[in-house]
Amino acid sequence: MKELLLIAVGSAFVNNVVLSQFLGICPFLGVSKNVKTAAGMGGAVVFVITISSFVTGLIYKFILVKTGFEYLQTIVFILVIAALVQFVEMFLKKAMPPLYDALGVYLPLITTNCAVLGVALTNVQKSYTILESVVNGLATAVGFLVSIVLMAGIREKIEYNDIAPSFKGTPIVLVTAGLMAIAFFGFSGLI
Amino acid sequence: MNKYTERLYNGLIKENPTFVLMLGMCPTLAVTTSAINGIGMGLSTTVVLILSNMLISMLRKIIPDSVRMPAFIVVVASFVTMVQFLMEGFVPSLYDSLGIYIPLIVVNCIILGRAESYASKNPVLLSVFDGIGMGLGFTIGLTSIGIVRELIGAGKIFGFTVLPTSYEPISIFILAPGAFFVLAMLTAAQNKVKAGKKNKVQKPEESGCSFNCASCGSKMGCKEQED
Repeated sequence: MKELLLIAVGSAFVNNVVLSQFLGICPFLGVSKNVKTAAGMGGAVVFVITISSFVTGLIYKFILVKTGFEYLQTIVFILVIAALVQFVEMFLKKAMPPLYDALGVYLPLITTNCAVLGVALTNVQKSYTILESVVNGLATAVGFLVSIVLMAGIREKIEYNDIAPSFKGTPIVLVTAGLMAIAFFGFSGLI
Repeated sequence: MNKYTERLYNGLIKENPTFVLMLGMCPTLAVTTSAINGIGMGLSTTVVLILSNMLISMLRKIIPDSVRMPAFIVVVASFVTMVQFLMEGFVPSLYDSLGIYIPLIVVNCIILGRAESYASKNPVLLSVFDGIGMGLGFTIGLTSIGIVRELIGAGKIFGFTVLPTSYEPISIFILAPGAFFVLAMLTAAQNKVKAGKKNKVQKPEESGCSFNCASCGSKMGCKEQED
């Protein structure tokens, strides 16, 4: 239990997926214009990463290791993730329409989110068990959700500020991200 | 200028993936803590890019249009796995410092982007040159960002101390926030140049990954959204 908690806090805050590992920068910069869409994107990421770390964990442990094909992990994982995203989308559309309406548009965009593949590979690299993988995936995704929502909140306020013309758009967002990364250093004392 | 050197010029300068298109931001931010890491990442991406461009261009008439994205991904992922093993065997120290970002070359926007927009439509040799140009452009981008960060953050270039010892390194530049700050300055400078060129107010730029997923290589996402 203690290990799981350490993994969770570690991946959600200390090694935040966006601000210290730079995975999933694209959606972080692209879909953070307002809090509502940011929360939607974050929710979809939480959903997909949690499921994908479970599925890739199972596939790695029971198929790739058993057959000695560990070296195919990158190829298998990326295909599994792409297929999984499609599958999750279809499943949600049929089974849970309200959730699909909330997350639907963000789901296809997630295939290109390197955080998903990154988490799957980290799980293998650190030889986590299936349970630990799921906890790690969930926590990483929650870290993403927290940072993208915070970023969107800040960006909504930045809109009204007087910014130097060359810093409008991406540059000021990057500066903000840098400051957030410094703030997140504060968590490193936690574990 | 013949069409082969034109490809090189295009990748290196006109459509430089780092400075102009702003593609592949994840590795750009993550591995540029030192110049040597930048070069290592850049060159391994270049190798994958050249090989995948070559193979995809060879197969461009065989791969059916409807499954081209998964096919491209498999091709790219195979080359990435090969490069990963070669690096593990021959440059273990670089392999350790780049870590998880080597397998993540698979999802690098540049590679799928070039496969989709160039290699799948053009002859083999031109695609190879396109790969060389784009790859070296990316390498130069990563290396120069790496040099800046290493110089300010550690007072070194390629591991050699160049600044006098009286210089107190601003170590934040080789940590995570420094990456964002350096890139912010870079994009700000780019905006300035653009504004100067056109001499009028620009609409917020649509830079690579950040605001427009259409240029993000895998257009899969956008397309399905439009359907």
